[in-house]
Amino acid sequence: MDSPLLQVTDLTMRFGGLTAVNALSFEARRGEITSVIGPNGAGKTTVFNCITGFYRPTSGGIALTHPDGAVFQLQTLPGHRIARRARVARTFQNIRLFAGMTVLENLLVAQHNALMPNVASGLLAVFGLGGHGAAEVIAIDRARGWLDRINLLPRADDPAGALPYGDQRRLEIARAMCTAPVLLCLDEPAAGLNPRESDALAELLKTIQADGCSVLLIEHDMGVVMRISDHIVVLDHGQRISDGDPAHVRADPNVIAAYLGEGDEDDPDVPLAAASDGPLAAAS
Amino acid sequence: MNPILKDAGISALVALGLFGPMIGLKTEASATGLFLVPRPLALAAAVAAVFFGRLVLLTWRGRRPGRYRANRGLSEALKRSGRFLTPVLLAFAVVLPFISGRYGIDLGILVLTYVMLGWGLNIVVGLAGLLDLGYVAFYAVGAYSFALLSQTFGLGFWTCLPLAGLFAATWGVMLGFPVLRLRGDYLAIVTLAFGEIIRIVLLNATSITGGPNGIAGIPRPTLFGLQFSAAGGPDTFSGFFGLEYSPTQRVAFLYYVILGLALLTNWVTLRLRRVALGRAWEALREDEIACRSLGINVTVTKLTAFAIGAAFGGFAGAFFATRNAFISPESFTFIESAIVLAIVVLGGLGSQLGTALAAIVMIGGFEVFRDLAEYRMLLFGTALVLIMILRPRGLVSGRTPSVALGRRREISAELVAEGRG
Ligand SMILES: Nc1ncnc2c1ncn2[C@@H]1O[C@H](COP(=O)(O)OP(=O)(O)OP(=O)(O)O)[C@@H](O)[C@H]1O
Ligand SMILES: [Mg+2]
Repeated sequence: MDSPLLQVTDLTMRFGGLTAVNALSFEARRGEITSVIGPNGAGKTTVFNCITGFYRPTSGGIALTHPDGAVFQLQTLPGHRIARRARVARTFQNIRLFAGMTVLENLLVAQHNALMPNVASGLLAVFGLGGHGAAEVIAIDRARGWLDRINLLPRADDPAGALPYGDQRRLEIARAMCTAPVLLCLDEPAAGLNPRESDALAELLKTIQADGCSVLLIEHDMGVVMRISDHIVVLDHGQRISDGDPAHVRADPNVIAAYLGEGDEDDPDVPLAAASDGPLAAAS
Repeated sequence: MNPILKDAGISALVALGLFGPMIGLKTEASATGLFLVPRPLALAAAVAAVFFGRLVLLTWRGRRPGRYRANRGLSEALKRSGRFLTPVLLAFAVVLPFISGRYGIDLGILVLTYVMLGWGLNIVVGLAGLLDLGYVAFYAVGAYSFALLSQTFGLGFWTCLPLAGLFAATWGVMLGFPVLRLRGDYLAIVTLAFGEIIRIVLLNATSITGGPNGIAGIPRPTLFGLQFSAAGGPDTFSGFFGLEYSPTQRVAFLYYVILGLALLTNWVTLRLRRVALGRAWEALREDEIACRSLGINVTVTKLTAFAIGAAFGGFAGAFFATRNAFISPESFTFIESAIVLAIVVLGGLGSQLGTALAAIVMIGGFEVFRDLAEYRMLLFGTALVLIMILRPRGLVSGRTPSVALGRRREISAELVAEGRG
């Protein structure tokens, strides 16, 4: 395919006097895992919020091209349309599950539009009409498949809020995948996971990629990023400071400077600074 | 200082301030005018009662003041008994007209009207998590729709019932469009204002609604065309079945109409909870942002909750009009919204059984203690405070999952969000 899946052009986002994202351009290619990294406050989450319609960018364009050639200008669409029509799914830096609903229910809510294409069909469903029953059987099957993949099938009927942290992270990814996206945006999915869980997460992302869904990943865990990324974009102060494959980014003096410039050695949020022989060595 | 002592001391001070003028001073009329008689002993007794009462309460709870947790044991007991309680209540509701007199049936009608309103509002507040303080507006729209339609076009109750619901739902959507951008307290205030606006319009549009004089002569419902009247003849209920006419027949019929309407509300709500729309409402109550990220149109989903809740308010309003045969804006004041909301909150947000129990306790209790005259309010207030202390999430808290692979297990109230608009 020639056109990239996601093309961000001159994206700028200002909050009052603060420019969180400054004339940022990058692209994410189809079938790849593209990572967005950068120090705290670099503007990564803000980029995600612009892509998924939670913020309206101050200026710039975000174009998403489907495999069938349809192009969506995401900066003009409201959030729920981006998820439904442009088929971009996301997770959140602070987990946003429906805590009081069961694991299974969480995955069914994600398939809302398949179960209820419009209000009329939603109302007909009350009287058992409009094919809701059949649609729900399919939806439950799909949910079951995902629960099996993330090893949560035995906990399907437990409230999502009662799951351990790592399980919640994986459930949020499964929930996003239940919307059948072409692009999955993950905001720090490995945050708070132990090394074993991080490995499992990396595996999961690889299988999602193998299934044909492209991934846009924000992550501070360089082990995960360097292992699974096809392409890395580095942000600092809202600007792109490096862009390329893992080997290129790891060697880029700009990146090393940005991470070291972040400050003190004992800042736990900067995982690279603690490595003994250079900031990005831990990943190799 | 011991925090319990301190807390009790503060409570006593507050009591002193409150009771000072209310109990400490008494007015006595005499030939020369009104005298203020101080009553220090009564005041001291009241303050001491508050002090020691608070002391005992806090010691008994054995917790630091201000930290109340949802009482789970009781909740689960109620939940489990719900399996037996529901059929028992239902059976009782069905046979009530046969075992009770006119007064009992009238009380039953009153309670069931509030049960229905509670279930209707529960859709908006309990499921979708939208705090609506103006629910009475839809009740009024339903009542006036029926009254005006029957006066102008001579339509009967059964024709107007769906129309009343439709009109109320339309108003729900019209209110919802501008208002649902607001959240939490702001939504509550605007819906409250909307309720008042409807009432004031009804009061002032004299040429259409009759203003404060209201509308009288609203037709009674018929049973498949049979009327309930003393006239006899083949088109009356008593004449057709060859029974002796008694006004109780009409009241009993009204009772079954509202019972049917309330059960319809309940059935629709229970069904809605099990399909995509109801699940989306609950998801909205849990986390609106996550809903948006999953492609759910938040505005449309909220509007449907508003409209469906309003439609049931409209049905109840039409019933109210036909039962009383007379309506005026006075019946649709804010206090009605407040009572219905209190029923929903007291019952436990989202719980059908809880709402029904709360309506029985509140409306029934209020009637039963009629003899207590003005002390009724005091008792009522105390009861509400007690319930909210013991069961801050309502009588029946917790949530039953809408779907399960295995057995449905209750979700404890601590995990379930209440919604912020
Ligand atoms: N809604 C907002 N209003 C005002 N400022 C904001 C808003 N959202 C983000 N910012 C600011 O924009 C800058 C970038 O924030 P952002 O959350 O995108 O960083 P990040 O790269 O995701 O950082 P982290 O790694 O800590 O998650 C920060 O200075 C932040 O304070
Ligand atoms: Mg972030």
